[in-house]
Amino acid sequence: MSEPIGPRTMFEKIWSRHRVTEREDGQTLLYVGRHLLHDGGATAFDVLRRRGLKPRAPDRIFATPDHYVSTASRKVEEIEDPRHREMVEKLARNTAEHGIRQFGLGDPNQGIVHVVGPETGLSQPGILLVCGDSHTSTHGALGALAFGIGSTEVAHVLATQTLWQRQPKTMRITVDGTLGPQVTGKDVILAIIARISAAGATEHVIEFAGSAIRGLSMEGRLTLCNMSIEAGGRAGMVAPDETTYAYLAGRAYAPKGAEWDQAVARWRQLPSDEGAVFDTEVTLDGNAIQPMVTWGNSPEDALPIDGVVPDPAAAPDAERREQMERMQAYMGLTPGMPLTDIGIDRVFIGSCTNSRIEDLRAAAAVARGRKVAEGVLAWVVPGSEPVKRQAEAEGLHEVFRTAGFDWREPGCSMCLGTNGDIARPGQRVASTSNRNFMGRQGPGARTHLLSPAMAAAAAVTGRFTDVRRLVGG
Amino acid sequence: MCAGWWGAEPMEAFTRLDAVAVPMARPNIDTDQIIPARFLSRPREVDHGQFLFHDARRLPDGEQNPEFPLNRPEWQSARIVVGGRNFACGSSRESAVWALFDAGFRCAIAPSFGDIFRNNGMKNGLLPVVLPAEVVEAIIAQLEAEPGARIGVDLPTQTVTAPDGSVHSFEIDPFAKHCLLNGLDDFGLTAAYEEDIAAFERRYGRENTL
Ligand code: SF4
Repeated sequence: MSEPIGPRTMFEKIWSRHRVTEREDGQTLLYVGRHLLHDGGATAFDVLRRRGLKPRAPDRIFATPDHYVSTASRKVEEIEDPRHREMVEKLARNTAEHGIRQFGLGDPNQGIVHVVGPETGLSQPGILLVCGDSHTSTHGALGALAFGIGSTEVAHVLATQTLWQRQPKTMRITVDGTLGPQVTGKDVILAIIARISAAGATEHVIEFAGSAIRGLSMEGRLTLCNMSIEAGGRAGMVAPDETTYAYLAGRAYAPKGAEWDQAVARWRQLPSDEGAVFDTEVTLDGNAIQPMVTWGNSPEDALPIDGVVPDPAAAPDAERREQMERMQAYMGLTPGMPLTDIGIDRVFIGSCTNSRIEDLRAAAAVARGRKVAEGVLAWVVPGSEPVKRQAEAEGLHEVFRTAGFDWREPGCSMCLGTNGDIARPGQRVASTSNRNFMGRQGPGARTHLLSPAMAAAAAVTGRFTDVRRLVGG
Repeated sequence: MCAGWWGAEPMEAFTRLDAVAVPMARPNIDTDQIIPARFLSRPREVDHGQFLFHDARRLPDGEQNPEFPLNRPEWQSARIVVGGRNFACGSSRESAVWALFDAGFRCAIAPSFGDIFRNNGMKNGLLPVVLPAEVVEAIIAQLEAEPGARIGVDLPTQTVTAPDGSVHSFEIDPFAKHCLLNGLDDFGLTAAYEEDIAAFERRYGRENTL
C-alpha cells in the first residue's frame, strides 16, 4: 500500500482517508462514514436476518421513506397498495429493531433521501457516504465521496460498515464562464451528458470545476452531481468552498461551535491540489449553455430549447440511426420538429434532482400570475418536509395553487412511479427528474427532462417554451 | 474469529459456460427496461425471471412481441446476453441482476456496463464480461446471422469463444474472479479484517462523531 506522493485530487484524499486496508490485487476495503437508507432497501435487512447479523454502527445509519410514500397523504395506513405500504412499514420496523434513526412519515425531516442528507447536515465534506440508490452521487455536491450501491452491498455495509472497492479513475469536467439567465445546474449537466454521452464517465469519479460551477448555489451543485450517474459516473463532486460552509452552518447534524471551526479547517484541505492529475479532462464553455430539453430516451439526447428533433438520416452510424428511429417512434416525434412545437400533457416538478427550495422558487417565479394551460395536469412535489414548510412560509404553494398546479406531499412520486404516481401510456411529461427512459414514468409514458423554470414554462404554455421569453430573458 | 461469524450464504459459482447467447445490440439498455420499477417491491424469493424485460417484450396491447429476441424460440434457452454499449446503465436495482439470473442467465457480454450493475452481477453469480466494441459487434452479427448459436465463456482462462471459433480474452478483477470461481461472497472475506476495521474505527471515530 503505497501512499500517493505529490499533488492529489480531492477524490484521492477522501479515498485514502477511508482506506481500512488494501489487498495486493488492488481491492480496497473502505470505511463508510455515513450510510443512508430508503424504503426500497428491505432485501438488505432480509440478508442480515438470514445470516443472523446486525448493523455494526447504527449511529452512522439514517433512513427515510421516499420511494413508496403517497404524495396525497402523510398517513401510512392511507397508502392504498398493500405492497407499497408494506415497504414503508418494513423500513420503520427494520430501523426500529436495530436502533437506526429514521425520519419516518410525519417526521419534520422526512423526504427524498438525497434531499434529506444535505438538508439535515448529514452529508458533509470529506466523508464517504453510500446509499442503495444510484443518485447517491448527489451528496458529492458538498465535497463528499458519495456513490450508489446494490442491495447485497447495502447488506455488507450494514454488517461491516465497510465496502470493497477498486479505485476508480478520475475525470475533471471544467465549465468556465458565466451562465446566462435561466441557465441552471440542470442545463449544465444535460449539456455535459449530451457532450460526453450517457456512458462518457463510466468507471470514473467526476470532479466538477471551473468558474461556472463555483458560481452555482448549493442547490445547483446538488442537481449537477445528482445526474453524474446519468453520464455513467460512479460519483460526482464539487470542492467545498464558502457556498458549502454557508449552506451547512447550523444544520441539525453539522458540527457546532469549536468543532465547526475545526471541521471547516479540515475541509479547507480537501480541494484538489494544484497540479493534481486526472485520468480524463473535459471542458465546456459555460457561456454557451442554453436551457435544455431532452427529446429521446437517454439523458444524452438533450438539446437547447431552440433546437429541432434530430434527423436519424444524419446519424453517424446505422446503430445510432436505428436507435433514434425507435426512440422517436416511442416518443411520438418527427425529425425536424422544433422542440417548442411539442405539446405536453403533464408536468412534474420534483425528484431528488430538482425539488429543493431554489427549484420551487424558480418554478413559482414563472407560474406567478399565470395559469396552467388547459388540458395539462401539473404537479409540484417538494423534496422534503423542510422544503415544503419553507415554500409554504414563502407562499409558493399559493402561487402554484392559484396557477392551477397540484401541491403535494414530499416523496419520489412520478420520478419513478413506484408509489403509483405514473402517467398514462402516450402521455407526454415535462419532468424535472433525471431519467427519460422508456416506461420510467409509467408504461408508454413519454418523459422530457428539463429545469424547474422550464417545466413551469411548459405548464403555463402547454408546450416546451424558452422560459427566457416569459421571464427576464 | 470463527469461520461462520458472518453467516454462510454461498453464491452460485461460475467456472465455464457453453450456452446459447442472445444478442441485444442497442446501446444504453437501462435497468428500468430490464425490470420495470413496479416490480421492485418483490422480495428476493420471488422468481424475478417473470419480470425480465416485462414491458419491452410486449406490444402496446399487452401481447408478447414475437420479434423481441427473448421471445424468439431460438433464444428461449439463452444463458448469455450480448448487449450494446452501456448495458444495464441507470438505476442501482439489484433486481435487474435477479431477473436475468432467475431467467437462466449467467453471463452478460458488452463493450461497457453500468458500473453498479457490473458490481451487482459479480456479487450474484452473473459474470459481466467487457470486450472491445468491435469484437462485441462481430459477435452480435454472428448471433443474428445464426440464431441459437452458442458462445463459450471460460473464467479460469478469462476467454470468450465466439460462434465463429475466434477466442477473445477479457479482464476481470482478480478478487471478483476468486469469489465467482469459488462461489464466495465478500462477507466471509471481510470477516478476516475485523481487527483492521476496529482499529480504523478507533482512529476515525474521534474526528467523525455526530
Ligand atoms: S427521486 Fe427518483 S431518482 Fe431520486 S431517489 Fe427517488 S426515485 Fe430515485
